[in-house]
Amino acid sequence: MKTAVIQFPGSNCDQDAFHAFATVPGLPARMVWHKDESLGDAELVVLPGGFSFGDYLRCGAIARFSPIMRAVTGFAENGGVVLGICNGFQVLCEAGLLPGALIRNECLEFRCTTVELRVEEAGPFFNREKLGERLMIPVAHGEGNYLIDGEGLDSLRKNGQILFRYAARGSAADRRLENPNGSVDNIAGIRNRRGNVFGMMPHPERAVESFHPSRDGIPVLKAVLEAAKSGAGVGV
Amino acid sequence: MTVSQKLSPNPDPLLNVRITPELVNKHGILPEEYEKILGELGREPTLTELGIFSVMWSEHCSYKNSRPLLKQFPAEKYRTDPPYGKVLVKAGEENAGVIDIGEGWAICFKIESHNHPSAVEPFEGAATGVGGIIRDIFTMGARPVLLTNSLRFGDLGSKTVRHIFRGVVAGIAHYGNCMGIPTVGGDVYFDPSYEGNPLVNALCLGVLRHDQIKRGAASGVGNPVFYVGASTGRDGLGGASFASRELSEESQADRPAVQKGDPFMEKLLMEACIEMMAVPGLVVGIQDMGAAGLTCSSCETAARGNAGIEIELDRVPQRETGMNSYEIMLSESQERMLVIVQKGRETEVEEIFAKWDLHAEQVGEVTEGDRMVVKHRGVTVADIPAKLLTDEGPVYRRESSEPGYLKETRAWTADSLGDPAPEMLQDALGRLLAMPTIASKRWVYRQYDHMVMAGTVLAPGSDAAVVRLRLGDKEKYVAIANDCNGRYCYLNPYRGGIIAMVECMRNLACTGAVPLAMTDNLNFGNPYKPEVFYTMEESVRGLADACRAFDVPVVGGNVSLYNENRNGAVDPTPVVSVAGLIEDPAHITSQFCRNPGDRLVLLGGYPDELGGSAYLGICHGQKAGDAPGVDLDGEMTLHDFVRKQIREGRAGAAHDLAEGGFLVAVAEMLFGEEKLGAELLLKDVDPNARLDALFYGESQGRVILTVAHADSDRILADARAAGIPASAIGTVLAEPVMAVSCEGRTEKLRWSVNDLRDFWENAIPEAMRLPGIPS
Repeated sequence: MKTAVIQFPGSNCDQDAFHAFATVPGLPARMVWHKDESLGDAELVVLPGGFSFGDYLRCGAIARFSPIMRAVTGFAENGGVVLGICNGFQVLCEAGLLPGALIRNECLEFRCTTVELRVEEAGPFFNREKLGERLMIPVAHGEGNYLIDGEGLDSLRKNGQILFRYAARGSAADRRLENPNGSVDNIAGIRNRRGNVFGMMPHPERAVESFHPSRDGIPVLKAVLEAAKSGAGVGV
Repeated sequence: MTVSQKLSPNPDPLLNVRITPELVNKHGILPEEYEKILGELGREPTLTELGIFSVMWSEHCSYKNSRPLLKQFPAEKYRTDPPYGKVLVKAGEENAGVIDIGEGWAICFKIESHNHPSAVEPFEGAATGVGGIIRDIFTMGARPVLLTNSLRFGDLGSKTVRHIFRGVVAGIAHYGNCMGIPTVGGDVYFDPSYEGNPLVNALCLGVLRHDQIKRGAASGVGNPVFYVGASTGRDGLGGASFASRELSEESQADRPAVQKGDPFMEKLLMEACIEMMAVPGLVVGIQDMGAAGLTCSSCETAARGNAGIEIELDRVPQRETGMNSYEIMLSESQERMLVIVQKGRETEVEEIFAKWDLHAEQVGEVTEGDRMVVKHRGVTVADIPAKLLTDEGPVYRRESSEPGYLKETRAWTADSLGDPAPEMLQDALGRLLAMPTIASKRWVYRQYDHMVMAGTVLAPGSDAAVVRLRLGDKEKYVAIANDCNGRYCYLNPYRGGIIAMVECMRNLACTGAVPLAMTDNLNFGNPYKPEVFYTMEESVRGLADACRAFDVPVVGGNVSLYNENRNGAVDPTPVVSVAGLIEDPAHITSQFCRNPGDRLVLLGGYPDELGGSAYLGICHGQKAGDAPGVDLDGEMTLHDFVRKQIREGRAGAAHDLAEGGFLVAVAEMLFGEEKLGAELLLKDVDPNARLDALFYGESQGRVILTVAHADSDRILADARAAGIPASAIGTVLAEPVMAVSCEGRTEKLRWSVNDLRDFWENAIPEAMRLPGIPS
């Protein structure tokens, strides 16, 4: 499984994503510059976190016009598996590869913290059986407030497209909802209807090593890899 | 001395004015300094030249009032054990110091202030402070891997202070987060002395191989000088001079002296520079354009390279039209660098910068001789010996006299308080934990991306932060702590200086790290006031004595003077940061208790001093007494002992006593994820001891360890054998309750840890809450 990590100017989780895919599953990964027009022999595409083009205009709004995005769109249309993390998720929404939009956090501040995610039933690879009930994964963003209209939300729910929701954390006595950004329906990650394009605000690449807040990112990365291996996008 | 020819008129008629004493004064140049300029140039300077002297001879660039003091700092490490830690680039040689960490690798780090810009424009002031220090680090050839900051604000009860605090934190977050460098630690204090003049000191640390070290020297006559990065505008004009005078009501009008940062531009610049510097032999010298912009970078590189430099301003990328030579030379527009390239390899540089869509313009070349020559529209507008602007600038030993208030504060004794009432002892803990200086800083660091680069092992909130370094196929860990209690420095500048350094060292020891080197940021008031200069002189002497005792070299730093408000100078605040190394990840230790049943062991003896304590401030409204005593030999023995226990696997957690004292330290150890409690029974307490001093005094040289029950007797015996007072003080409980009693005394205090945690967690978020916005 050959992974391509796209580097936009301002990407800053590109090395982390590269290391996570290259060292944890131990699979070949390479960087692809945003001015390139081809993904070469990539079998999985990762859009990493960061501040592509400084988040100017809107997060991801300029990156979607980078030359490589034509190739990424073609790759996704042919059923190739694409994962967008944080800024990558924002780019995928701006590019129309995922529905909805990510707006300013409700608290109007950047938030960096480890959150608990509830795994939803979102297909053969993203479900409780594969990933467990709950995951502890870091978030770090200023614009992670997922927004979609009522019809769109119904459609996400109906088609099992919600991957993760922010969950309550702490003991039963002191149970608070830990939605860090005010996203609609506590959504933390989604997939497209076809099941080959995935976007999430939390950073699984920051939860893979023994000293990280958890190692719950590993099953998430594996789920993406399995989706790619099985040709998830074909006929789902 | 040669008499130079008068320069031709400047192409901008506005600049062709007579240099009057008023104009000299307006540039912050003293009459005797102007005499020196006349003598050395052999003619009247042009206005552009006057501007150049004004910024280069400002305190910010020249350290003219602090340089003699800084010579006391040890520049090198003398002991050869451990084998790493040699200083590869010393303080003052380059933009930042470099220290060996073994196997051909090194770290490079420095702290720098952006106090005055942050006072008038908190967001941009703090953001560009972060941008500036990051450039200082990647200029050296290093990849930045972490940021920390030391912040000081007035009382949070003031709306203006809250505005500044909010803006500074958001500005730091904005810049650091976008750069993708984790902000992993720091310290924040609140004290009325900082009202109107906050302190914003930002630190960056990078990693590099020895063979990647770059110098800021212009050498090789004929080598082209490149300008790379953002274009030059009229922002930040004379920022270095602005930073070198007191703030006043009129300072708001100086807002154009504050720069506007663009972290996206800097991210591109950093990546492009690192890519360029990785090409063997391509870069001869490199320096960022920080304070005093193009002026400082060109004369400093020439001076270091023992060469001359010629710059043509027409080739400088400009974002505004009609800029004259004065403006271009003094602009502090951000995200720019000066690069001296190996002649004949210009296209290689141009290609790298084209990839990143950045400017790379050849603006001049290295010349024979020693002069910095600046040309604009065909006319020489400045022609000055480069070293006159740098090494040969004025240096002063200012007048010093002991501040009058010290007699009064030293005369204070705890007897004046009377016996502490039991309710006071009970309530003080919650009040101390709710003091913004002591309270949880989560409100601050949750706005910083402290996990990017996926290497943060100890996140903000423990004694020191720890970050994993990837060194080829090996890994090591760097620990970093920032410290300085301005209250101690106010009450005893010498001892306050020692304590700042020693507390930092203690924090590293508690984390399991071996100290490498120190960087410092000296924040003081106006040095022309003898009482202010005294506090600086004494604090620096304290820092230097502590560094020599510990054999920790000072590899660089920053001096920020003129930090004053209408009530006078800020508390003397020599901020210290020491970086340390951990080779085995098993030795990384946090301050949080993990296992119920573990014993708590206090090393160093029961505290017995109240002078300068937070308790005295919060419960009695006093800033009085002497700073706590400090014993350098005792500290060294203690730190070595703590590290030994950690390395041999006996210390589950380690935490030092600092602001708030003993019980605050115990409570802080219980604020981890596990939600535990502690039962303390203090034995062998002096029957005459003041319980407020025991519970809340801030005596130095104290560390609390948690140890397995089976190990505690051995640790107590070993500590005593090493000459360290040691007491078993209690047990970690599974339920979140904290209780304390003393053998032979009737007082018994008890708190719910959840209540204490609420005080501690909510203090800052509640003070900073905005109506209608979820926190």
